[in-house]
Amino acid sequence: MINLSVDRQNAWRFRAPSVIPGFGITFGYTLLYLSLIVLFPLATLLWRSSELGFGGLYAVASEPRVAAALRTTFSLSFAAAFIDLIFGLIVAWVLTRYEFPGRRLFDAFVDLPFALPTAVAGISLAALYAPNGWFGAYLAEIGVKVAFTRLGILVALIFIGLPFVVRTVQPIIAELEIELEEASATLGAWRLQTILFVLLPPLVPALLTGFALAFARAIGEYGSVIFIAGNIAYISEIAPLLIVVKLEQYDFAGATAIASIMLAISFIALLVINLIQAWSRKRFGHV
Amino acid sequence: MQKHGFSIKIEGVAQDFGAFAALRNVSLEIKPGELVALLGPSGSGKTTLLRVIAGLNAPDRGRVLFDQEDATYLPVQDRKVGMVFQNYALFKHMTVADNIAYGLKVRPRRYRPSKTEITRRVEELLRFVQLEGLGSRFPGQLSGGQRQRVALARALAIEPRVLLLDEPFGALDARVRKDLRRWLREVHQKTGLTTIFVTHDQDEAMELADRVVVLNEGRIEQIGTPEELYDRPASSFVISFVGEAVALPVTVADGHVNFAGRELHIDTHGLPSGAAKVFFRPADITVASKGNGEIEGRVESIRRTPAGVRATIAIEGYDQTLEIDSPIDQAASLGEKIPLSFTKARVFPADVPDFDDIADGI
Amino acid sequence: MSDILISPALKKTSLRLCGATEDSAFARKLLIFVALLFLLLFLFAPLVVVFIEATRKGLPAFLASFHETDALAAIRLTLIVAAISVPANLIFGLAAAWAIAKFSFPGKSLLITLIDLPFSVSPVVSGLVYLLVFGAQGLCGKWFSAQGIQIIFAVPGIVLATIFVTFPFVARELIPLMQEQGTVEEEAALTLGASGLRTFWTVTIPNIKWGLLYGVLLCNARAMGEFGAVSVVSGHVRGLTNTIPLQVEILYNEYNSVAAFAMAVLLASLALVTLGLKTFLEWKYADALSGRSRRH
Repeated sequence: MINLSVDRQNAWRFRAPSVIPGFGITFGYTLLYLSLIVLFPLATLLWRSSELGFGGLYAVASEPRVAAALRTTFSLSFAAAFIDLIFGLIVAWVLTRYEFPGRRLFDAFVDLPFALPTAVAGISLAALYAPNGWFGAYLAEIGVKVAFTRLGILVALIFIGLPFVVRTVQPIIAELEIELEEASATLGAWRLQTILFVLLPPLVPALLTGFALAFARAIGEYGSVIFIAGNIAYISEIAPLLIVVKLEQYDFAGATAIASIMLAISFIALLVINLIQAWSRKRFGHV
Repeated sequence: MQKHGFSIKIEGVAQDFGAFAALRNVSLEIKPGELVALLGPSGSGKTTLLRVIAGLNAPDRGRVLFDQEDATYLPVQDRKVGMVFQNYALFKHMTVADNIAYGLKVRPRRYRPSKTEITRRVEELLRFVQLEGLGSRFPGQLSGGQRQRVALARALAIEPRVLLLDEPFGALDARVRKDLRRWLREVHQKTGLTTIFVTHDQDEAMELADRVVVLNEGRIEQIGTPEELYDRPASSFVISFVGEAVALPVTVADGHVNFAGRELHIDTHGLPSGAAKVFFRPADITVASKGNGEIEGRVESIRRTPAGVRATIAIEGYDQTLEIDSPIDQAASLGEKIPLSFTKARVFPADVPDFDDIADGI
Repeated sequence: MSDILISPALKKTSLRLCGATEDSAFARKLLIFVALLFLLLFLFAPLVVVFIEATRKGLPAFLASFHETDALAAIRLTLIVAAISVPANLIFGLAAAWAIAKFSFPGKSLLITLIDLPFSVSPVVSGLVYLLVFGAQGLCGKWFSAQGIQIIFAVPGIVLATIFVTFPFVARELIPLMQEQGTVEEEAALTLGASGLRTFWTVTIPNIKWGLLYGVLLCNARAMGEFGAVSVVSGHVRGLTNTIPLQVEILYNEYNSVAAFAMAVLLASLALVTLGLKTFLEWKYADALSGRSRRH
């Protein structure tokens, strides 16, 4: 009898013992809902693309129109994320470190791209940069065409990516202790040296994370881009749009192939973000 | 390591932060190679004074001189002060060696030592702070005491004119603290640097410093050696803050001290007539023979302490109890009325914060 | 410990010493100028344009846009979709946060990653996966159409796609918040004799209510504004399967700019209200939301 009860205590359990009720039902529901809504549909996509095989995927990816769209998407997403990185850092620094009238308001506005539906952003950007729009008219005078070109895609991707960089970097800037700067100054460093050697290095993991998030988001972006892009095949057509085009042509295999490639890239980005954060936690003790 | 300290002179320094006066007309002279403690409760201005010396704050009024040279508006980068911050402010993304080398690497090219020279100096400093072989670690991989030694090595690397430490032992646990105190004393002797440290811990100040500067509400209450502070406190604040003190409300009339209708035989040092307070150490009171006591009290409780016996006494004509160290025989005296007299006591004007207020503020 | 009082005012004095811990006045002004100009051009201008374009032909034309039956149908459908998908993800969020935050079990971080998954999937791909499952050739599609139930190019498909893209919102607000709060209060309530459900309503919910509201707010904004995923599964049947964002697209492509922007005004206003409430919650209940730190 005694042995039996000891065994029960030592037996391996899935969860650690707790007096709190409700694990079974909440955990079960979580798994069920997650499986039905997310995992099963995504698995279907993977299954369908595995039917195509690697050769099939490659064949679709190397169709000139698809290859052009993938190139456009990746190169512009990279460029937009890079511009977001630079300006996001400046915006985060200014909003965190300086006091000026309207700071709170501007800070709240950084989240606008999260809150504003992409279709609305799309048509308003198109209206702004159209040749007769507010910005488009001025830009046309100096010979720059934004709407219905790749430049337009870039503008839209910059718009939707900015908050990712700002919101990732901001808390780290807020955490930088003023003593670090003071210590640097007492050791004889001038302001620029302090910024370069003391303030920027701890921000690098957050900047990389913000960059990766903005990049991943830009790759999948659809609504805010299609209105301003002009969607000219081989020139200003993005990969998500091509999925829609393929679907309209009932080319499910082609759409599935492009979707799988994009999904793979998203997961690689996710993995990179996690690696950066793990490295950062190890090195600096924070994310 | 240079064997040379700078003198520091502070003349009428004042600094306000909005309505809050952090420093009010503070003057102070520190001799070359001295080890000085700035002691006071929170908000007494001790850290502000240290920051003014470091050049991290510019005072509103007054001057700071390093060896007769006016350094009041000398940029902090040019001051060559070795500052050890309260939480060390180590650069987390740099190795220990890079932290120590930082002050040398950021020098203008003309004054920057060669790479090999920097490496040599870092090695020397690591040896000096007993952290040989840890140069490639990151600060996150060190213990609190080790971090503090890195911070000190980093400050020493720039060959500072003075060494400033803000609450150097504040972030450490009690055991490590004791060791580091002794070690800091050694460092001071070896470097010969003029050293100023801030603390709110009187034990730390008394044990380490050549001289202690007691600050309260932005003013210097007293400057003196630990013995002077303890034996000849200049104000009620000092006697209450440095060591333990017990206070009794009294009145002074024509050089005589009266408590509850009785005269106490204490020198008033020319205190004007009016309300005053008598301060004495718990140990500076004895049981007098019958009829010869200056005050009378009833023993309410007696308990052992590591140092001896502590008694709680209810004083006649006073609604509070006093805590005194006493040679009272426990069994005989509990509940009994006994006569007491002072071996040493000081009278200060009564219009100053009560001991309890000060104790709360610490 | 000492002299905490001085820190806010340090700036003033440091400035006079020029360069200890502050950037020079010129650098500050330049950086503020650059940052604000960037925000104004890239974020503020697109928002303002929505309102200006919508009222370009006057207020009557703007208001008339809402009298169209298609417009009203789109508004009704958007509300229905949000009314189903937000509560669905709210219940899931609570269940997931309870299981993850209050218990310890292996594979927890994998589970959290899986919950976050929909955020890293392109909206178009999100729509596509449902098309593959429920479409005419899909696994379940055949079965459902045999039962006479249409999912794709109908309201159920729109709801499912919306649930997918808004899936993590509530859960990712609640999980870190509840993890931070731990289980001490619940254990205390249980030892005092409260039932599990009562503990949940009287102890847990009050502790997480602001975080919950925050998550619901963001979830709702996205649910009403989702475009890409919904666009793939909707089939764009006017008056039947068009949500507001899809209606915006149709009107815009028909060069009916005023009507398109009028519908966009609804969504932009929703975004503004969301931002306003979000900012208010962050400002007023910063502590109650602190589990949210460093997430977006």
